Amino acid sequence: MHRPEAARLSPHELYNARLGLWLFIVSEAALFSAFIAARYLNLGTQRPAELNQPLGLAITAALLLSSLTAYRAETCIAHGDRAGFLRNTLWTLLLAVVFLVGVVAEWVEAFHLFPPGTRYGTSFFSLTGLHGLHVLSGAVLLLGVYLHGRRGRYGPEDYWPVEGVVKYWHFVDVAWVFIYPTLYLVG
Amino acid sequence: MVRALAPVLKGLAYGAVGYGVGGPLLAGLVRALGGSFPFDLELATGAVVGTLGWLAGVGVWDTWARGWFGLPLRPWPEDKSVVRYFRFTTDHKVIGIQYLVTFLGLFFLGGALAILMRWELMRPGMQLLTLNGYNQVMSLHGIVMIAVAVAIFLGGLGNYCVPLMIGAPDMAFPRVNALSYWLTPPVAVMLLASLLVGGWDSGWTAYPPLSAVNAPGQVLMIVAVVIFGVSSILGGINFLVTIARMRAPGMTWGRMPIFVWSVFAASLLSFIFTQYLAASLLMVLLDRVAGMSYFHFARGGTPVVYQQLFWFYSHPAVYIMILPAFGAALEVITHFARTPLYAYRWVVGGFLGIVGLSGIVWAHHNFTSGMPDWMHAPMLATTEAISVPTGLVFLSALGTLVRGRLWLRTPMLFALAWVWNFLIGGVTGIFNADVATDLHLHDTYFVVGHFHYTIMGGEIFALFAALYYWYPKITGRMYDERLGRVHFWWTFLAFNATFFPMFWAGLHGMNRRIADYPAALGAVNLWTSVAAFVLGAGFLVFLYNFVTSWVRGPAAGANPWHASTLEWQTSSPPPVENFPAPPAVVGGPYVYGIPRARHAALGAAGGRAG
Repeated sequence: MHRPEAARLSPHELYNARLGLWLFIVSEAALFSAFIAARYLNLGTQRPAELNQPLGLAITAALLLSSLTAYRAETCIAHGDRAGFLRNTLWTLLLAVVFLVGVVAEWVEAFHLFPPGTRYGTSFFSLTGLHGLHVLSGAVLLLGVYLHGRRGRYGPEDYWPVEGVVKYWHFVDVAWVFIYPTLYLVG
Repeated sequence: MVRALAPVLKGLAYGAVGYGVGGPLLAGLVRALGGSFPFDLELATGAVVGTLGWLAGVGVWDTWARGWFGLPLRPWPEDKSVVRYFRFTTDHKVIGIQYLVTFLGLFFLGGALAILMRWELMRPGMQLLTLNGYNQVMSLHGIVMIAVAVAIFLGGLGNYCVPLMIGAPDMAFPRVNALSYWLTPPVAVMLLASLLVGGWDSGWTAYPPLSAVNAPGQVLMIVAVVIFGVSSILGGINFLVTIARMRAPGMTWGRMPIFVWSVFAASLLSFIFTQYLAASLLMVLLDRVAGMSYFHFARGGTPVVYQQLFWFYSHPAVYIMILPAFGAALEVITHFARTPLYAYRWVVGGFLGIVGLSGIVWAHHNFTSGMPDWMHAPMLATTEAISVPTGLVFLSALGTLVRGRLWLRTPMLFALAWVWNFLIGGVTGIFNADVATDLHLHDTYFVVGHFHYTIMGGEIFALFAALYYWYPKITGRMYDERLGRVHFWWTFLAFNATFFPMFWAGLHGMNRRIADYPAALGAVNLWTSVAAFVLGAGFLVFLYNFVTSWVRGPAAGANPWHASTLEWQTSSPPPVENFPAPPAVVGGPYVYGIPRARHAALGAAGGRAG
């Protein structure tokens, strides 16, 4: 109503959008903290020995690496390097898919080892599931900015959607940095 | 009529299709393929997809989401008539009125449910409800009123007044604001529809293990509350960014009207803590639909963990409800005492102190739940400590009254009643915070009395003070003062007659959340019920007054109260984008009795401050 659609954000609006996103991220962190807290409140630091540690480490590495490529994508578009932006966004998407496939593989194993009805399985499936949904939504958003980017939508003066999605992606990554030790390492 | 309702009808149609596809169709498909798909899960997925369909139909797709796919937007034609209230409109004033009307409607629904409960409790034995029916009515009354208490101040008056009071053209994210509102109708629909699938009987708190095994209506309640939580979080973020970033030139933090500060403080709470409510209810949902073992007793769950997470939100939630009420009551008191707010800075400190402390008091709800003993003393101490910042708010109200010359119009009467009611509510809270006394008072009508004195006597009385105060600004017309006073005295006397005896009943062993009680408690319950009926009838005066005055009340003018803050310095109701030019703020908000003091210098329209 108050501004023409698809117009470039003014510096004032850009600042507002950033602040809004950061507050959203703080709020989301509270959601994850509740599920992480429930894990410790329900079963302390107990952890089954059958966890697939190599797979857990592999998907963690993929996700951490994807933050690097996401960062590079944002930096490229900020400097007007559209080809680099597209290339790095694709790499990020690829790593996201690797992560999600890894989680599905984990789930298939875990269903037999510690199903959702067990106390560890409860936290394992809900934490990886909640986080997986966030990864999936982040991947969909990344795909969105990739497709828009291919049609020349962003430039060095106007890339807030890219910045926003990448910030969200970093957050999803940081959330995993807390979830991974909670599920795989403590105890 | 059809033209006006077109977006809503489209939303309903899309919502119904969404429910059908996401619920029965998906479930049928999975079952046909040999998988299992519990009815609880079918309800949950149907409700979520149905809500998305509703949003798409009601305007999110046409006026917003098409842009995400590079498609041209299809905005509804501009409309200045009543039609815009049924649309995905982004004007904060329209959204404020949408919230106010919706949640006043829900307030009357919740009140009607309370009347039903009091009818049942009028005499010992069962009158007109079954035991299970009483539980469902009690649960629905609870959650509907909680939703009203959370949303009506922030969503209604916050939306309408905050941008005006800080001299902004609108909220920081107008479309997110509209989204926050349009998420709420599905919440109301789901809560009512839950009665079709068995309702739920676990109260508004939905404690497991009961809530993990009861009727499927519980699932709709959970989805509804989670969606309501999303709306609250988005609204909270919107207020924080708006207040931090959209203030007019010269409107420093220290010059903001106190109501704006209270909305800021409440938004700080709602945008973080609401997630814990969502999380605790999602865990119950996972227990039900995915066979998990968070709280399900037979699977080794720990129900007391739910209580910790639930109250980690739900105690701050009462401050989400009451903080804007504090702000509005102080706002009315300072304008109608015609003197600057006493100890403004201490009040701001008090608000922020409440925000800080409210996150570390939750377990005083769990003194009898079997939580670790070492948590009792610290929670007692922090809970009682919160009376210090609350006391600052109180002292400010008293100091302003002492120094002012009181103008006893209806808003001021309600604000003075707020002082009285909240004092009783606050003092009785101390007995609930003390472990030794709480062990006896827990789950009795003493708690019911305490809670209703704070939220109804505190928040709702402040709400009426604020509604009468801002009514001329919102409608451009003046309400009937005589009827306003009738409403005030009727409500004030009937409220105290209804809820004060509950302390006595609780001390004499009247349990809360029960449909029947020992015959010895018959007299006090009969009294309470009759008083409650009188209290309920009093709201008809309010309704009649507001509806008829909106249609044919005398024109109010821009500033009928000769108030100094910015919302009164533009026409009533204000134009789209509020001010002809951004106002330049040059001083504090309450400039009464100070020679040559001014709050703001305005452009062409509106009256003059102070």
